[in-house]
Amino acid sequence: MIMEFLSHPFIVRAIVCGGLICLCAALLGVTLVLKRFSMIGDGLSHVGFGALSLALALNAAPLPVAAPIVAASAFLLLKLSENSRIKGDAAIAIISTSALAFGVIVTSLSGGTNADISSLMFGSILAMNKADVYISACLAVIVITVFVLFYNKLFAVTFDESFSKAAGVNVSAFNSLIALLTAVTVVIGMRIMGTLLISSIIIFPALTSMRVFKHFRSVVISSAVVSVVCFIFGIFLSFVFEIPAGAAVVAANLLAFALFSLKPLIVK
Amino acid sequence: MLKCKDVSIKYENFCAVHDISFEVRDCECLYIVGENGSGKTSLLKAILGLIHVSEGEIVFDKKTDIGYLSQNGGVKNDFPASAFEVVLSGQVKKTKFFYSKEQKNKALQKMREMGVFEARNKCFRELSGGQRQRVLLARALSATDSLLILDEPLTGLDFAAAEELYKTLAQLKDMTIIIVSHDINGALKYADKMLYLGMGDSFFGTPDEFIKSGKLSSFGGGAK
Repeated sequence: MIMEFLSHPFIVRAIVCGGLICLCAALLGVTLVLKRFSMIGDGLSHVGFGALSLALALNAAPLPVAAPIVAASAFLLLKLSENSRIKGDAAIAIISTSALAFGVIVTSLSGGTNADISSLMFGSILAMNKADVYISACLAVIVITVFVLFYNKLFAVTFDESFSKAAGVNVSAFNSLIALLTAVTVVIGMRIMGTLLISSIIIFPALTSMRVFKHFRSVVISSAVVSVVCFIFGIFLSFVFEIPAGAAVVAANLLAFALFSLKPLIVK
Repeated sequence: MLKCKDVSIKYENFCAVHDISFEVRDCECLYIVGENGSGKTSLLKAILGLIHVSEGEIVFDKKTDIGYLSQNGGVKNDFPASAFEVVLSGQVKKTKFFYSKEQKNKALQKMREMGVFEARNKCFRELSGGQRQRVLLARALSATDSLLILDEPLTGLDFAAAEELYKTLAQLKDMTIIIVSHDINGALKYADKMLYLGMGDSFFGTPDEFIKSGKLSSFGGGAK
């Protein structure tokens, strides 16, 4: 069964692309969850839906259209979250639902089918081509390099922003970098995972790891491992039971979360 | 160390800090006291350079590294981090990519001085309030060897833990320390200088001068 599973080139592509994207999402997710920015991932996926619908309607390549739009919204959402005078979560909700509506309207006006909408919503393991493999490999190299080289700064900024600011660290540059990398991760990842489910691969691994691990370093490493393992398991489930990939990966993540949550009970 | 001249801080429609002047000399301990909303935190943020002053100026006599402890430790309760990781992050500005052996030793040394060496591998969120403040203090001390700025460091501590913290701070004789505090008794006992911020009213001087000024009564007789 496993041989048959791996004999399809599209599955191998999906596993390579998706595995790399999940790795990136999990690393970024640790900072996003701890900085209380989880909703940004969710907001970005909806903006991504609107942007990809637009690209589809214009018959343009998806990445060049969607990536800049989502990146711009990432900065906007970040600013909204930092600004306490505006209700950040409400603003994110308005932006994401508007983007969703925009995407649906564009798709139906341009003669797109419900199948188009559905594949964007729920993702498809057939979506990845060769170029996507290269792009996700590049993204993974960049994200991992940033995490290794700037690990200590990321920790300081995530743990206590005002202390880091007072010490002279350029906090807003780091936030922008994280937002930008998240935007690209979301745009590439949402075609496998789908709009509705992409934010789960950002949020789940970090939360799962935090159930068991208590040091920042171990949470980061565990998130990356959990994320990739859950993704591969999820794709396998998707193949065997013929269910949408995104939903299967979320189910695998939920299972991991449940398993990790059991640990405190066992230890006690 | 630091001079504040006629400083005012205004937000869009109100004035948080109005025309404050004071001076902190090297190795002095300044307590900033006042009611909620009197602008203590705004003034602190201006000293840290996190916000701009609207009028006047804040001048340091030389470039100074600041060790800062924010209100409630500025910390989220579910954060997974060991006490050592937290203290190490105090030196984040002085390192390019990775912490050196010396920096790690310095962090451990500061933890010893603050009495939290034993807790170094424990999870930060599982420490007691007093231990957390000591860990954060160790972090602040590894960021600077001259100026500590502490915003309400006693919040959430019981009487004994607060008393311990006061004693620890009093032992840091080579440090210039600026503390924002609600605890007027502690301020009167441990401050070299006091800055009182009231509504449209302020005072700067020694604790003795503060008692003589009669402004103590505006604290509702809380002091003995």
